[in-house]
Amino acid sequence: MQRFVTAAAVAGSIVLAGCASKPPAALPPQPANVAQAVERSQAPQGPSQGIENAVVPGSNADFLAQMNGRNVIYFDTDKYDIDEIDAAALRSQAQWLARYPGARVRIEGNCDERGTREYNLALGERRANAAKNFLASLGVDANRITTISYGKERPVALGSNEEAWAKNRRDVTVVIE
Amino acid sequence: MTKLSTFLALLALAFVSTAAFAQANPPPLPASSPAPPPDAADAQANPPPGTPPDASGPGAPGDTSQDQVLTGTVTGQGSWQDLIIAIPAFATNANMRTPADLNGTAALGRKIAQLIDDDLKDNGLFRPIGPASLPAPTYDEITSPRWGLWQSRGANMLVHGFVRAGGNNQLTVGCYLYDLQLKQELDREGWVVQPEDWRRAAHKCSDLVYSRLSGESPFFDSKIAYISETGPKGHRIKRLAIMDSDGANHRFITNGQATALTPRYSPDYKKIVYLSYLDGTPSVYIYDIGTGHQHLLLRSKNQTIAPRWSPDGKYILYSMAIGGNTDIYRIPASGGQSVRLTDNPGIDVGGSYSPDGSKIVFESDRSGAQQCYVMNADGSNQHRISFFGGRCATPEWSPRGDQIAFTHIVGNFRIAVMDPDGHKVRDLTNGWQDEGPTWSPNGRIIQFFRTQKNSGDDSLWQVDLTGRNLRHVPTPLGASDPAWGPVLP
Repeated sequence: MQRFVTAAAVAGSIVLAGCASKPPAALPPQPANVAQAVERSQAPQGPSQGIENAVVPGSNADFLAQMNGRNVIYFDTDKYDIDEIDAAALRSQAQWLARYPGARVRIEGNCDERGTREYNLALGERRANAAKNFLASLGVDANRITTISYGKERPVALGSNEEAWAKNRRDVTVVIE
Repeated sequence: MTKLSTFLALLALAFVSTAAFAQANPPPLPASSPAPPPDAADAQANPPPGTPPDASGPGAPGDTSQDQVLTGTVTGQGSWQDLIIAIPAFATNANMRTPADLNGTAALGRKIAQLIDDDLKDNGLFRPIGPASLPAPTYDEITSPRWGLWQSRGANMLVHGFVRAGGNNQLTVGCYLYDLQLKQELDREGWVVQPEDWRRAAHKCSDLVYSRLSGESPFFDSKIAYISETGPKGHRIKRLAIMDSDGANHRFITNGQATALTPRYSPDYKKIVYLSYLDGTPSVYIYDIGTGHQHLLLRSKNQTIAPRWSPDGKYILYSMAIGGNTDIYRIPASGGQSVRLTDNPGIDVGGSYSPDGSKIVFESDRSGAQQCYVMNADGSNQHRISFFGGRCATPEWSPRGDQIAFTHIVGNFRIAVMDPDGHKVRDLTNGWQDEGPTWSPNGRIIQFFRTQKNSGDDSLWQVDLTGRNLRHVPTPLGASDPAWGPVLP
């Protein structure tokens, strides 16, 4: 199962490298969550994304592929607590980090636009820190984890509605390379 | 800029030439023209009725009239607002070339008058008539006005002025305010400026007219730092920028490669403190406008945000996050040891000094949601002041000390004001998301940014303290996080 998903993700990232976002018709149809993981690897996270010909184990691309969307956890309005879904995602992250003991991560805390700027910078830091603490409680060395807050400056969903805001209230875990 | 404190005659000017600008008193008014008392209906004018306005009135250090909080109605349309003011072109003794205007000092004189007209019109002040609608006076008329001519135009007040090109390209600008009914001079002032600063002299004249007739403190000769925005919502480029209070002399400070946020001018206008992602982690930088160099306020692996100057420029407040907890600290502006002011598990962020430096208003969610708190400048006696509906955020103390502006979150985001005890709340705007108020130097106008739903596009807006004259402030690109500096010396 795992290998198939990885291979498909690899194929996807090769194809999408250097292109706009449309996958070519020649590829077999990809499961929706793999496409999502690949799409995330196209987000501006580092110059090496999307150019590799093979996913290096322990790399951010590998992390994204294996996390299948669980590199991102979500929060309710004004909240920074780790709920059950968040906890499950963080456990997956911790397992991956255990497999690659040299890997370091940055947790990026984000807020939706319905808050004032500086408070949101602080709230984003709270959210990032909450995830860091949870990973540490699962045995991940805290020295491997840095945090940063983007407040409301980096939305991924661009509408002004509850659905978009829910997608923006998030922590994104990124493997630093 | 050098201010001229006395004119004996046009041809025998006494220059006060100092390296630094000296705060000279305006010349004494003629004895037969007493300062008019403020109209009783002008509820917005401090000091209390009956006290004649003077140059050291509202907002001056030691002035305790602010303690008597605004009473009466909010309409604030005193009779001074209806004054019709004629502002014909400034005259010149000789039409000479000047770097300030390709067409010479005569054309510059028209531009100066037009700037004054624009200053007053754009801010809904008085009923000005600008140079385009008026005949141009001669140089001799400036100190000897043709009363009948201007009265026949329906004006109550008259602004005359001159501009002269001098040695080293310096310009001398004189500004005179006349009462047409009394046929008397009310005030005069002059300035020697470099040609690139001609707009400042014109703004100083606007300030003279405005202050003298309204009793308010000046504000036109000031600058605004803000964040210029461009690009789509998902990839916004944010650059630190500065401009004059009327939007002229716009300049970008940063190039947008690293996101810049929340700037603040130092009280002496020499520095801007702001937040940058240059280092990765949000950090506070001090940018020196003269040298163009910047340095970190302090080195920390922790996120430091929300920089603020103390009124004397000696200290900078900042908010630092340690392990998910943000608190407010104070550090000498020249660097050194930080003092922790708040120590609460809630998010304590921001902070705005009262103009006398004794207190700080800040926002905290220690009660469960964002509310506004006041503490002494040393961090003692922290107490909540916002006990009305909705949340209180981004509080900013008025330079007059009598009001605190804030973002009032009640479903939508509104710009609101309250007195320093948290009473008498007034919502001044009602946009979808109006945020981040900053005060004009005289505490009469609030500038803020307005976010558009869906597009997320930001723009600058202004509203008078009375809620009147809400208007868009034009900027070259999108704009947010405005910070209005003090009146330039």
